[in-house]
Amino acid sequence: MKFAVVVFPGSNCDRDMYYAAKDVLGEEAELVWYTEANLENYDAVLIPGGFSYGDYLRCGAIASTSDVVSQLKKLAERGVPILGVCNGFQILLESQLLPGAMLQNKNLKFMCHFENLIVENNETIFTSEYEKGEVVSMPIAHAEGNYYCDEETLAKLKANNQIVFTYQNNPNGSLANIAGIVNEKGNVLGMMPHPERAAEAILGSSDGLKLFQSIVKNWRESYVAGA
Amino acid sequence: MLQAPELTPEQIEKDKVYREMGLTDKEFEMIKNIMGRLPNFTETGIFSVMWSEHCSYKTSRPLLKKFPTEGPQVVQGPGEGAGVVDIGDGQGVVFKVESHNHPSAVEPYQGAATGVGGIIRDVFSMGARPIASLNSLRFGNLTNDRVKYLFEEVVHGIAGYGNCVGVPTVGGEVQFDDSYEGNPLVNAMCVGLIDVKDIQKGIAAGLGNTIMYVGSKTGRDGIHGATFASTDLTEETENNRSSVQVGDPFMEKLLIEACLEVIQSDALVGIQDMGAAGLTSSASEMASKAGMGLEMNLDLIPQREANMTAYEMMLSESQERMLLCVKKGQEQEIIDIFKKYDLDAVAVGTVTDDKQFRLYHQGEVVADIPVDNLAEDAPIFYKDSKVPAYYEEFQSMPDYQPKVTNYSETLAKLLQQPTIASKEYVYDQYDSMVQGNTVFSPGSDAAVVRIRDYNKSIAMTIDCNSRYIYLDPETGGKIAVAEAARNIVATGAKPLAITDGLNFGNPDKPENFWQMEKSIDGISEACLALDTPVISGNVSLYNETNDESIYPTPIIGMVGIHESLDDITPSHFQADGDLIYIIGETKAEFGGSELQNVLEGKYFGKAPSIDLEVEVERQKQLLEAIQTGLIQSAHDISEGGMAVAVVESLFSKKKLGASIEVTGDITSALFSESQSRFIVSIKEQNKAAFESICKYAMPLGKVTNTENIQITQEGKTILEESVRELEQLWKGAIPCLLK
Repeated sequence: MKFAVVVFPGSNCDRDMYYAAKDVLGEEAELVWYTEANLENYDAVLIPGGFSYGDYLRCGAIASTSDVVSQLKKLAERGVPILGVCNGFQILLESQLLPGAMLQNKNLKFMCHFENLIVENNETIFTSEYEKGEVVSMPIAHAEGNYYCDEETLAKLKANNQIVFTYQNNPNGSLANIAGIVNEKGNVLGMMPHPERAAEAILGSSDGLKLFQSIVKNWRESYVAGA
Repeated sequence: MLQAPELTPEQIEKDKVYREMGLTDKEFEMIKNIMGRLPNFTETGIFSVMWSEHCSYKTSRPLLKKFPTEGPQVVQGPGEGAGVVDIGDGQGVVFKVESHNHPSAVEPYQGAATGVGGIIRDVFSMGARPIASLNSLRFGNLTNDRVKYLFEEVVHGIAGYGNCVGVPTVGGEVQFDDSYEGNPLVNAMCVGLIDVKDIQKGIAAGLGNTIMYVGSKTGRDGIHGATFASTDLTEETENNRSSVQVGDPFMEKLLIEACLEVIQSDALVGIQDMGAAGLTSSASEMASKAGMGLEMNLDLIPQREANMTAYEMMLSESQERMLLCVKKGQEQEIIDIFKKYDLDAVAVGTVTDDKQFRLYHQGEVVADIPVDNLAEDAPIFYKDSKVPAYYEEFQSMPDYQPKVTNYSETLAKLLQQPTIASKEYVYDQYDSMVQGNTVFSPGSDAAVVRIRDYNKSIAMTIDCNSRYIYLDPETGGKIAVAEAARNIVATGAKPLAITDGLNFGNPDKPENFWQMEKSIDGISEACLALDTPVISGNVSLYNETNDESIYPTPIIGMVGIHESLDDITPSHFQADGDLIYIIGETKAEFGGSELQNVLEGKYFGKAPSIDLEVEVERQKQLLEAIQTGLIQSAHDISEGGMAVAVVESLFSKKKLGASIEVTGDITSALFSESQSRFIVSIKEQNKAAFESICKYAMPLGKVTNTENIQITQEGKTILEESVRELEQLWKGAIPCLLK
């Protein structure tokens, strides 16, 4: 399986994501500069964290206007797996590939530490290797991770089982303790916690690894089924 | 501020305008001799920043010569952007510490942010990828609103810059004492990783080669920053806000990536950061180091503001700028690399062979200075030194004997002292994990970052107990280095080298100069004993507010290496039933201790003693025991003594407790700050092997599963507390003071 890691000016978790896919997972992965990206050649797209365009205007807002996001929208429709982590999640929100928006953390400060997450939905291509209700530990590192949407959207997210991860102890004020959501189709996941930083025990947790393993396993199965 | 229209050379001399720029009468005479004429306004400004303490080390240089700077591990010692040590496999670790004290006192967010940005540029200008940041901060006590504001905004500034630029802030220290109330210290350290073959130099070599300017445009911010950093802070300094630079971490991130691509190009000859004294210092130093001259046309400098004068451009400290020397004819290769990141690389000058630093602006020569005299010949001052009266008084005092009756209450108080209390409030705001290599993040004895693709990692710490140095600079200097090494060794790493951030008061006061002299003697002696040469550093003098000096604060940044990832050792106790040992003997030493602060509200008497031979032996033995696989956890004993170290070893998610048996004087056993000591835990079956290696280890107790700390003497309980409750006090202290 071949992953693209899209790199915007100011992305800074790009290499972490690349190493998680390539070295830890042992799959193919490439760093793809945003202007040079042809995402047709990849089986899944990873949008890393960081501060694309220095978070100027709004987190993810400027990156969402780039040509590569137009490509992402087409891939999303086709069902290609797309994972956005942290700033990647913010870009997916600004691109309206996922519903809702991010507010500043309720304490108005950047926060970086491990949080316990609850796997609310293990029936996605990103979470099938987890148990439903499983508690996993992953780091967060953000100042704007306080997820917000209107009541109608929240009702839809719940009804469609789109809330994938919630915080066990809500650190940032996020609505309904939301840490990660998928689109209706289930192939675009945005999450604030960093699974790529929790892919090896030496870094404090390997709970994030199953997320990447889920992507690979489901891709292989669908690939075999399709072939 | 000094304003255009510019004064004539005659007016500068007659009205002694150079004094406003920080030059003395004697220095101005020297400049006249070098030039063979009166310098014009721009030239006077250029000399004033290059000859400031910040750039020339004119006061400290005679002392800095005492530092040991060599060793087989040293690849690059002091003199370049940062030092480099060998870590095997063709790799080097690049590191340096730098102060940003004065800017942070005036504008704490930007002052701290640009301090982080500046030191990161020093590291990647060597060709290294920055892999970790640390910082050492000093503030007054958190009792008044101004100090709280400075503290919160400095932390916010470090976070704002460091998080965005994508370099993990993995460690640091914060201490609080009244002497820093008006003059906080903000020292930032950056560590980079490099393939030794890629090391770059800041040189402008090769006649006819092109000088290129890269990064942010030049504005009027930071003009005379280097001079500002070299004077006392007064109430008027508050009005000097225009001397403080403004940072853009997004631009820095682009510069890092672009420069790391550029160093792989054979078109590049030299590269240097435009740090203190901006364009002036980078250009003149690059030419002087190469034995060449340099010409620049200032009309070509990218400018952010209209109608900037030559003086303003040369003295601007606008951030995120680099100067490159590029082979003639290959400029386009460089331009193309920067273009990818939407950065401009502009040819602004040429390397000459006449050893002159010559600047053109609007068709005229605006400066023409012999470059070696400018870069190398700042006068050296040999200041007077005098033993302070307080020191003689402290030395003649009988040993301070604290009176403690309630041990539980005292321990609880110590844990809530801001200097000891958890700094989670601070480091939670730093991204400590970006880049995906952080093994131990802030809160450990030393931070640990693994080196990807190799079975090794590096340990880093930054540390200084300035109270001991105030009481006894020579002993305190030794302790600062020894304690940094203890932090490194406790994680299982071998110390390699140090960088020093020397923060002192006004050196014109002989007592202050004596503090500098003696602490540098102590540091040098310890560096020799511990085989940790000084490979880089920074000097910040004139740290005073309204004539009151800070405590002498020579901060030690140290890096060490784990030769195997298996050696990485946590500071927390690991398992029920493990045996707890104390390494090193405990004496009744309380001068400068946190207990003295709690009981007396001040520091006096003698600093704790240190025997460097014993220190080295204990560290070597502990490291051997770790490398043999005998140690479950190791933690150095520092502020607050053994009791604090033991409970800190319990503040983890492991839900453990400890039962401890002490002998002799209880107050000393619990709270003395005797040096060269560690708390370690081992598996019971390793008892004999451990004791045969660590000769100075004495049994202290056992790890339990009770979540209680119980301390007994001859079976009688003298202290029993819930670990969770103590942890809450320790964690809550700083947030509580900020409310």
